[in-house]
Amino acid sequence: MFEYFLRRLAGTIPVLLAVSVFVFAFVHMLPGDPARMVAGQDASYEQVENVRKELLLDRPLWEQYLRYLNQMAHLELGRSIKTHEPVLTLIGQRFMPTLWLTVVSMIWAVIAGVGLGVLSGVWRGGVADRLAAGGAILGISFPSFWLGLLLMDLFSVRLGWLPTGGYGTWAHFVMPAFTLGSAVAAVMARFTRSAYIEVAGEDYVRTARSKGVPERTVIWTHTLRNALIPVITLTGLQFGFLLGGAIVVETVFAWPGLGRLLIDSVSFRDYPVIQAEILLFAVEFVLINLIVDLLYGMVNPEIRLK
Amino acid sequence: MTTTNIRSPGREFWRRFRRQHVAMVSLAVIIILVAAAFLAPWIAPYSQTTPDYDALLEGPSWAHWAGTDSYGRDILSRMIWGGQVSLTVGFLSVILGCVVGVALGIISGFFGGWIDGLIMRVIDVMLAFPGILPAIAVVAILGPGLVNVIYAIALSAVPVFARLVRGTTLALKETLYVQASRSIGVSRTKLMLRHILPGTLPAVIVYASLRMGTSILTAAALSFIGLGAQPPSPEWGAMLSDGRSYLGVADHITIFPGLAILITVLAFNLFGDGLRDALDQKLR
Repeated sequence: MFEYFLRRLAGTIPVLLAVSVFVFAFVHMLPGDPARMVAGQDASYEQVENVRKELLLDRPLWEQYLRYLNQMAHLELGRSIKTHEPVLTLIGQRFMPTLWLTVVSMIWAVIAGVGLGVLSGVWRGGVADRLAAGGAILGISFPSFWLGLLLMDLFSVRLGWLPTGGYGTWAHFVMPAFTLGSAVAAVMARFTRSAYIEVAGEDYVRTARSKGVPERTVIWTHTLRNALIPVITLTGLQFGFLLGGAIVVETVFAWPGLGRLLIDSVSFRDYPVIQAEILLFAVEFVLINLIVDLLYGMVNPEIRLK
Repeated sequence: MTTTNIRSPGREFWRRFRRQHVAMVSLAVIIILVAAAFLAPWIAPYSQTTPDYDALLEGPSWAHWAGTDSYGRDILSRMIWGGQVSLTVGFLSVILGCVVGVALGIISGFFGGWIDGLIMRVIDVMLAFPGILPAIAVVAILGPGLVNVIYAIALSAVPVFARLVRGTTLALKETLYVQASRSIGVSRTKLMLRHILPGTLPAVIVYASLRMGTSILTAAALSFIGLGAQPPSPEWGAMLSDGRSYLGVADHITIFPGLAILITVLAFNLFGDGLRDALDQKLR
């Protein structure tokens, strides 16, 4: 297990490095002169040149990159062009709301998705199965921002039960988490169903049933346990989808998270913030995948040995 | 002499596809949507951009089937024009992403070795940016606007196609007919284009159809958050963003464009599912 852990950890290093190269290159891919961008449109020639020196943009690229890596390692992310606050502070303020939103959404998605998936797997072809199949394709096709607006219209504007947006109490979580988690729930339901059906067709399940093991034990112990292993992987992968989806849902519900910070920064062309956020999202995603792989290795010894 | 009834693969596929009623209905919906988008200049009852200050925020009526927006513009007309925008963006981005992805996938799978390693590492890195994020990064570099949205969405489709095609290519490379062609000295370019590419197409077409749904959804999302189509251009996501300010006052602004997105995306997803089921034998 330890060796597997090390190997998997080592595997992520090239990806992280490549991601850092991309995010570093980001500023150099922008149209126009980055020094002028930081200095501002009205800056004089001297000011621009000073910024260039200050940001070491006059040094060779590889030196800039190494410097950039070093800064990242020390969490020196620069300052926002818009507010002049350190980017780390800005991101720090927004980090927890987004984390909580994705976690609560994921809990909802797992409960609804796995629940529906198992129900439709157990009663294949039944009413629950048909409803779940319809719900799943609908969930995948439903624009999250539209779902958010419809919920807001009904529960906030018309009924006045829930706040239209913002962050604070549990009531603020209900609609954003439902909106964000539903698409994932749909994917999970489809996947769980097919995983369940696959395992239910295995020889050992048939054997268990034929030797008279109670149906409940067959479903819970023999089938579900094994069917849920691939679901763990999917849950992890869907976290990435949630992070991406949070960008849109946060905009709908005025959620003070990383997603809205990113959108505001893109509109304002606040490049230090954009750069830091893209790096953060990618690193988070790579780390989540790593954790998923490790969990997977724990529950499925076959993977470890490969 | 007995005659045996042998169907061509195309006819066999159509026979199986036709039996799937949901997919057939989806195909009909897609045809109607495409036709409406093309015929927009003739069938849209009103101008898409000219304001009418005598008809602000009107609900659905005989004059305006889907009501009017905050500038008095007819929502149905804007939805028809918006369909043109959404379908064009979806189609172009899928085609672009598909061509680049398929090319990378075939090259990667066919040559193997360091070329494969290099291409797959790049793909891994692209996949490290979750969901809508790569699209936002591209828009951040190129600036907001529909053309850039096409590039952005195309880019995020590339890894999916590349991985899919690489896998098929690896399998096809070992088949007898490819080995035979290779042994009689068929050039590598011709092997890839004439012998391997056609074999990858069924899976690619299924993915492309499913990807149309995703792309249209992503484009609408980008426009909704203000990074895609710019006003007064009628785009479904952008129209929804307008509607947000009038929830409870003029719900129709929010309801109709959203319905248009849902129906379109649903149609492409169900159509793709149907294609996959009809092609299933070849895919597995």
